[in-house]
Amino acid sequence: MELILSLAIGVLVGSGVWLILRPRSFQVIIGLCLLSYGVNLFIFGMGRLVSGAAPIMPKGGFVDPAAYADPVPQALVLTAIVISFATTALFLVVIMASRGLTGTDHVNGKERDQ
Amino acid sequence: MNGGPEHLIVAPILIPLITGAVMMLYDERQRRTKLGLGLASCGVQLVIACLLLLRAEGTAATGGNAIGLYLLGNWPSPYGIVLVLDRLSAMMLVITGILALPAILYAGAGWHQRGQRFHALFQFLLMGLNGAFLTGDLFNLFVFFEVMLAASYALLLHGSGRERVGAGLHYIAVNLTASLMFLLGVAIIYGVTGTLNMADLATRIPQLSEADRPLIHGACAILGMVFLVKAGAWPLSLWLPGTYMAASAPVAAVFALLTKLGVYVILRLSLLVFGAGAGVSAGFGADVLIWGGMATVVFGMTGALAAQALGRMAANLTLVSSGTMLTIAGFALGQGDAQMLGAGLFYMLASTTALATLFLLAEPMSREQGAAAVLALSAELYGVDLSEDEPDPEPQVTGVFLPGSLTVLGLCFAACTLMLAGLPPLAGFLGKFGVLAGAIAGMGDATSSPARWVFVTLLLVSGLAAMIALGRIGMQTFWAAEEDLPAVPTMELLPIMALVIAGGLVLTVEAEPVMRYMTRTADALLRPEIYIHGVVTAPPVDARAGNGG
Repeated sequence: MELILSLAIGVLVGSGVWLILRPRSFQVIIGLCLLSYGVNLFIFGMGRLVSGAAPIMPKGGFVDPAAYADPVPQALVLTAIVISFATTALFLVVIMASRGLTGTDHVNGKERDQ
Repeated sequence: MNGGPEHLIVAPILIPLITGAVMMLYDERQRRTKLGLGLASCGVQLVIACLLLLRAEGTAATGGNAIGLYLLGNWPSPYGIVLVLDRLSAMMLVITGILALPAILYAGAGWHQRGQRFHALFQFLLMGLNGAFLTGDLFNLFVFFEVMLAASYALLLHGSGRERVGAGLHYIAVNLTASLMFLLGVAIIYGVTGTLNMADLATRIPQLSEADRPLIHGACAILGMVFLVKAGAWPLSLWLPGTYMAASAPVAAVFALLTKLGVYVILRLSLLVFGAGAGVSAGFGADVLIWGGMATVVFGMTGALAAQALGRMAANLTLVSSGTMLTIAGFALGQGDAQMLGAGLFYMLASTTALATLFLLAEPMSREQGAAAVLALSAELYGVDLSEDEPDPEPQVTGVFLPGSLTVLGLCFAACTLMLAGLPPLAGFLGKFGVLAGAIAGMGDATSSPARWVFVTLLLVSGLAAMIALGRIGMQTFWAAEEDLPAVPTMELLPIMALVIAGGLVLTVEAEPVMRYMTRTADALLRPEIYIHGVVTAPPVDARAGNGG
């Protein structure tokens, strides 16, 4: 499971970084999305990988923490997803505005050879 | 509800949040109401910030740095999210208040009509800033950063136009990437140490095993990079001049403070986590801060000399100011230089106020009179593209005019020049002189001596460069202009004068108590055990004791 997860994060982050460095605004926004997926998986992985364990403990009495998943990274990843989704949506609007104002989807607002 | 004094700490976050939310309910036409609400909210925030500042002074028993702790949700301290008030954060709250009030007033002169929801967004920006200054938790810091950034994206686009949208595109892309790196750093720190509380983190760093140490260093380097992007350190600052130049005047004035948020977090975290008590990790990253800061000064200085417009010049001088602060932070981290840090904080206060004033001045000083403005307007009507880099011609200014407004404008500009160049008799000189004195006093140590010499030279040369650059613009505008500038509406002149009086006169006359406060703040920053003790050992408040606020 560790290998699959780290491979997935690596592929997502790698393609995200490559796309961010491209000159088209659509590529940049897809790159940012992929990068944020990779980062979210990474945060999740930081709570250590356990399968079939609940993050919420029952009330009262002594419980063995080893039988439960760490709830903090799961809470963090939820917040991170919401925030990056919102800011990406905002970025999309700005990209649309830029496309409308400049007539090109180059990130600098003009083609290189003009 | 007994809103006792302990609830005052959360007020700088709640007030702008509630004010901003209320403003959303008002129709866009009721700008005067919103302006009044915004001014009232900022005034109350400034008063509260001053009260908090007085509280943070503390007594001799607490080392002159009383830690105010606010447990959100009343979870015991290292586990729940806490707000922490100390001297540094109280000081930053006061600076925010001082800059926000004139910026809103200036926007009231006309800018708030040129787009939607200016005042509400401005309040949310303040909420993010205040929250980031107050929080004691890394992930909470991320959340407040995002609140601040989301508001700043929209504010940057305020007034619209091709240039702003283009700059906004770059600004948002850079900051989204930085935010993702912020998450990476925070996740590694949590994975290795199991805590996100800054004070708790500082206690765990010295006890880490050798296998974990490179991981935590890597995580902190990633985090540091995020804050360096915000502070505008070279080579992560290439986005900054274009963005700050494109922003509308009142927005750019608060943006001058956003770079200082980066500097604040670097000061706070590095001195707390990698201070003297950090064992093997002590002083991690100090050299990067020293040399990166100096490279930033060189970059900003060159940019200011090359700039033709006041807006771009002010943006580059922002880089000089934050580069100087980063170098000072590096010396404080590496060599525990309290004297230089204290004077540096004073310099930061003086230069930030002066920069905000300069961003406000840029608009009335570059406005074209009668014929030229009409020419620009008709050229646009007939679809003539004057120049691609030329901003859109602004609408004609209206409002109450007082006689002699140009004289006042010239005086304000001269005061800003003196503050930024660090010439006597204004406060900029005192700050810079203190930094120089601190840098020279610490030269006995042979290892740091070359860096200190370079820094002293750079400080003097950057002052000269600011003088030359601003002097050139001043001469072009006030002495050698073909036509006189149009008169400045009083609504625009008032906030500029207020900032000059606050940053220039008050800071100069009252330099001694302010400098004493800064020196003690620097001492407290270099003794992180006070902060750690204040945060980690606090018991939760007994619910029955009336914590109903």
